[in-house]
Amino acid sequence: MLETAFKGSRIYWAWVLFLLVIIGIGFIFYLRQFIIGLGVTGMSRDVSWGFYISQFTFLVGIAASGVMVVLPYYLHNYKAFGKITILGEFLAIPAVIMCMLFIFVDLGQPLRVLNVILYPTLNSVMFYDMVVLGGYLFLNVLVGWSALSSERKGIAPPKWLKFFIILSIIWAPSIHTVTAFLYSGLPGKYFWMSALLAAQFLASAFASGPSLLILLALIVRKFTKFDPGQEAIQALGKIVTYFMLTSVFFLGLKLFTSFYSGIPAYSHSIIYLYAGLDDYNKLVPIMWISNILTVIALVLLVIPQLRKNELLLAIASVCVFFALWIDKGFGLIVGGFVPNSFKQITEYWPTLPEMSITLGVWAIGFLILTILYKIAVSIREEIGNVDVHH
Amino acid sequence: MGINRRDFLKIAGISTLASIGGAAGLTLIKSGAIEAAQYIDDPRALKAKRWGIAIDINKFKTPEDYKRVMNACHTIHNVPEINNPKEEIKWIWTESYEHSFSSQEYANPYIQDHLKKKPFLVLCNHCDNPPCVRVCPTKATYKRESDGIVMMDMHRCIGCRFCMAGCPYGARSFNWRDPRPFIKKLNPEFPTRMKGVVEKCTLCYEKLAIGLKPACVEASNGGMYFGDLSDPNSDIRKVLASHYSIRRKAELGTTPCVFYIIGGQ
Repeated sequence: MLETAFKGSRIYWAWVLFLLVIIGIGFIFYLRQFIIGLGVTGMSRDVSWGFYISQFTFLVGIAASGVMVVLPYYLHNYKAFGKITILGEFLAIPAVIMCMLFIFVDLGQPLRVLNVILYPTLNSVMFYDMVVLGGYLFLNVLVGWSALSSERKGIAPPKWLKFFIILSIIWAPSIHTVTAFLYSGLPGKYFWMSALLAAQFLASAFASGPSLLILLALIVRKFTKFDPGQEAIQALGKIVTYFMLTSVFFLGLKLFTSFYSGIPAYSHSIIYLYAGLDDYNKLVPIMWISNILTVIALVLLVIPQLRKNELLLAIASVCVFFALWIDKGFGLIVGGFVPNSFKQITEYWPTLPEMSITLGVWAIGFLILTILYKIAVSIREEIGNVDVHH
Repeated sequence: MGINRRDFLKIAGISTLASIGGAAGLTLIKSGAIEAAQYIDDPRALKAKRWGIAIDINKFKTPEDYKRVMNACHTIHNVPEINNPKEEIKWIWTESYEHSFSSQEYANPYIQDHLKKKPFLVLCNHCDNPPCVRVCPTKATYKRESDGIVMMDMHRCIGCRFCMAGCPYGARSFNWRDPRPFIKKLNPEFPTRMKGVVEKCTLCYEKLAIGLKPACVEASNGGMYFGDLSDPNSDIRKVLASHYSIRRKAELGTTPCVFYIIGGQ
């Protein structure tokens, strides 16, 4: 099936080349980081995790959200998702790979990464995160690839695949739950220490992931003969709506507990993010951009007439994606470190090398995504875009 | 660049000698003639079930008293002097009362002036229930079962900095770049670190092993007590039993083993 990725239009190759250039720039900056150390980033003794770990956290959500199309299709036999399911599965694969790369580029001694396997430490959440991410990658490669190759041959997928599909549905929430446990069990980090964190992660994931999938489906439809289906896109729109509302609701719950209790440590990070603390306010503008995008998205999503307009749905999806990216792919991690253990404030902002490496990893993800989608689309075009039976 | 006959013969000769030597060495190892040194504890080694430190804040009066203690630690452990606060490495340093004891400060803003203005020495608390050890994915930081010291294996650390997020005391520093150029005077007795690993106070395990107390305690001129918390007759237990003392963020359940003696007898 891979051969289909080597035959493409000019636009396809131009896009691949563009991604390769971004990857190349990121790689050069990574070499610099590899030689000098993580001092090339904006991280510090106080804000010891930054952009990389934030991207990792956000992308675990994107990976997990594949379940939002897999579950209705396989468990509830929701036919409208028949064609889009493969796009969901093939989105999860690059998302997990990006997660792993972001952990890797964040390591101070990357060549020692195998120590995590050589000295497995069952009391560390990091160990479980490695297990669940690796497992989820395997499941999605297995399920996506087998289903697609059976489809190409015009036969039903093998019976044993059903077991792995069910497993992947159960597995999906686990990756984001374990990722939340990385943060929510740390004594003294009050911004993260909430039983709600895993639920918040899942809610925002199930809004941001499907919103990206809507955009990808629209792009695929525009550039190829493969149509994931209007009904599928509209159904995804509803999923985004409900989970975006849930996400905002959860944020409200957190605000209530943090402020009504009046316990200072629980509100410091929130004040820092949205209003600034003691004249430190580097993150305030982007957090408010996130809030504004959230409001725009909710207006477009909640009113059915607006949501049914595909252009407005696309705009809403962009708003949801970036609102949640700022919230989770930036504010959540940095905010947890401000103020520090001594109630002092050190601010964080990513440096040029850090941003270039981050973009490079995203470009690797998009390259893998492009190749996988190209394969899926080519096969669908080949078999005539007929209804498929998984 | 060519080599002449004489140089060639020289190199060839040295190489031959070296290979014969190498082969002989291998044979020795194979035959068991050389064995790894068997590890025996130094008879002078200080031992305890649970080490602890008590800092008598009333005995720290001048800035010199603090400086002496901090320098003693940082010089013997090759702690680099990086002036950029974002990248600095600290094993023992001072913070204000308000910053060190946030919960106490919230509880009583009208506390005596001398406490409010006094610097407090802060270092790794060698917790009995250390969150850093709990979160480390490689056991690069671990609690030594024999005496409770929270240790660091700088050769195993992958630099993920999970321990830094886990430590509620800000006791851990990361080498954001190669620290060696920033070491003022190298102590060849103690290893230097490389970029990309986390480090912190290891309670002078290397000094305890040869029967000496931690450098900070030695330099404190009696301002710091060091001893076995599990032994009711130890000096540290006696001083804690007779003086009012507090610990940093004890409410987090980490059971810190560094005490601050506030009150008199």
